Amino acid sequence: MRIRKIITPLALVAGWEGAAQAGVLSPDKLSPPSAVLAAAWRLSADGTLGLHLMESVQRALSGLLIGGVLALVLGAAAGLLRIGDDLIDPTVQAARMLPHLGLVPLLIIWVGIGESLKISLVALGAFFPIYLNTYAGIRDIDERLVEAARTCGLNTWERIRHVILPGATPSLFLGLRLAFASGWLSLVVSEQVNGQSGLGFMMMEARDFAQTDIVVLGLLVYALLGLVSDLALRTAERKVLSWRRGLRAS
Amino acid sequence: METRTPGLVTATGIRRVFGEAVVLDGIDLAIGSGEVVALLGASGSGKSTLLRILAGLDQDASGKFTTSGSQAVVFQEHRLLPWKRVADNVALGVRGDAVKERVAAALEEVGLADRSRAWPAELSGGQSQRVAFARALVREPDLLLLDEPFGALDALTRLRMQALFGRLHAHHGFAALLVTHDVDEALLLADRLLVLDTGRIAEEIEVDLTRPRAVDAPGFGALRRKLLSLLHVPASPEETGF
Repeated sequence: MRIRKIITPLALVAGWEGAAQAGVLSPDKLSPPSAVLAAAWRLSADGTLGLHLMESVQRALSGLLIGGVLALVLGAAAGLLRIGDDLIDPTVQAARMLPHLGLVPLLIIWVGIGESLKISLVALGAFFPIYLNTYAGIRDIDERLVEAARTCGLNTWERIRHVILPGATPSLFLGLRLAFASGWLSLVVSEQVNGQSGLGFMMMEARDFAQTDIVVLGLLVYALLGLVSDLALRTAERKVLSWRRGLRAS
Repeated sequence: METRTPGLVTATGIRRVFGEAVVLDGIDLAIGSGEVVALLGASGSGKSTLLRILAGLDQDASGKFTTSGSQAVVFQEHRLLPWKRVADNVALGVRGDAVKERVAAALEEVGLADRSRAWPAELSGGQSQRVAFARALVREPDLLLLDEPFGALDALTRLRMQALFGRLHAHHGFAALLVTHDVDEALLLADRLLVLDTGRIAEEIEVDLTRPRAVDAPGFGALRRKLLSLLHVPASPEETGF
């Protein structure tokens, strides 16, 4: 069964390569897989790929950190405090309706076309999933557990630490995974705007010279980044939420 | 531990209103040290509300009450934190020295010494409730507040848990307020019964049956019939009116 599942992708890649070899597919439109691999090898060897990759990763992580911390603070305030709920949540819920990628023109006016634009866009993309899931995670905690903790003599801070934080963790992980997905997407869009470095710049530059092998390579690296970050988060989630294994078994 | 005051709980004129509905309409209650008091009443009679007030979980009641000494609560649901292992659940909020040893001793007493590393999700309903009892015991309570603690268990497990409660009480001598709708359970475990009806304590009955008690002991049946009639339940088929 496992083998059958990889037949279709293998056939597609083989067809793609075959069409290029047969001259049906012009390399100006789409380079064959072998050329993409060759480009990957060439650019890795001379350090270009590594350089652009590091730039992109750095941008993504800075944006995720800024957006994530802000979302965590505001989500916790809205989830834990009634006044926070009133002051923060309706506004954020309304702002969520704006497509954040549509803000690019405004952001260019506000922060320019440099590094701040890219980081702001990633931060915006990461903010909403983390905010929403922090808020929902706190709100969904079983009130009876909080009450039991109170009868065990736990004060407010201890209740947050022992009951609310661990109770909201599954939701936080979900928010983090969605934030990474949204963060990568924001990065791809923002790096197409006047880049000087990064994967997006590498791709735009290659487009100018019709180097479709490098364009495809850039796409693959973006995809790989998303895959690797999701895998890492899933692994961390399994480790941190090991108490849920018993729940699933029963 | 040994400096218990004679009156652990003294409450006068407890009143609790939910919107239009008066659930508790002036309750007077006193519980002495080491005494097991069962609070009976039909569903919705306010028994749990009264317990929650005494546990400090309901701030909207009026009236006066004082509790002295330490207290612990066991609910109908075990309310263990799913993300903490059994021992960590028992240790929750316990301060002082030798917490580990005290937790181990409490688990030993409820017969779960070997499950201290388990997750709550891996336990059966009866085991979870025993952990909840260990979590209460480890606090060495002068007063145990029990809100239908055996209500969610199957009949056989319930009998075993009632016996366990009897042993723990004999050993520790805590006072207990046992909210229950189970007439047999109240008669097996309590020194004194309070019947709650329309927001007031309708009847107070001293249970002078000798311990250990059994449902087929002399005198049990008569008390049982009396209680059921106080709770407006026909005790025998002839009284159903069919």
